[in-house]
Amino acid sequence: MRYLTARKRAEGLGSAGSGTDHHWYMIISSVGLAFVVPVFLVAFGRALGGDRAEVLASFSNPAMAILTGLVIFFGLRHFAAGAQTMIEDYSKGLTRKVLVIFVTILSYGMIATGLFALAKIAL
Amino acid sequence: MAETREVERPLSPHLQIYRPQITSISSILTRITGNALIVASLLIVWWLLAAATSEAYFRVADAVLTSWFGDLVLVLSLWAVWYHYLAGLRHLLWDAGKGLELQTAERLGWACIIGSVVLTVITLLLV
Repeated sequence: MRYLTARKRAEGLGSAGSGTDHHWYMIISSVGLAFVVPVFLVAFGRALGGDRAEVLASFSNPAMAILTGLVIFFGLRHFAAGAQTMIEDYSKGLTRKVLVIFVTILSYGMIATGLFALAKIAL
Repeated sequence: MAETREVERPLSPHLQIYRPQITSISSILTRITGNALIVASLLIVWWLLAAATSEAYFRVADAVLTSWFGDLVLVLSLWAVWYHYLAGLRHLLWDAGKGLELQTAERLGWACIIGSVVLTVITLLLV
């Protein structure tokens, strides 16, 4: 028995059980991505097409490494949260759980891989 | 006691017979482009890993990304990211409670579609 009033227990949580955290995360990550994505598109487009030495040189640049790291991390977390919304719209029960777990693992797996590659190139 | 009877209620419009509107189309496109970007993300992360690993591995990944198929996927993804970008800005505007009048909303839908094509072309010219 917890000494909480019914109102205090429910306040701010809503039907999702986690309040508006999910939506708020989409807003925060989208604003952050709005700043880094346009720069990344041009920088990546310029790096693509070079030989390996040129590509390694591009991504060894600290600004480029940080930029790419931010795009990979926030881009893939933003993806996972958005994909979860889609999954929850179209599926239910076990299928929903399996798919949400899948996109979550996929996004963290890709983040780890991308950051590892960046670290190996830039450091 | 009242008898329960099946009442002929009007059905909500089904997607297949619903007249397409710029507001609904542009919303659906936001979801499609956002989720489809996982393909380009997988390619780019793989390409970076290959570049970090070895010359031989990089040649394989780079050949895929710079092939005609890689070009096609990356150019479509470039449009997708710009479309999703503009639609996201529109979403932020709507979240702030602005731009929700029907005519403004419809114009914003066209702005996303036309703007994304323009920004894609500009980006391609810059790289």
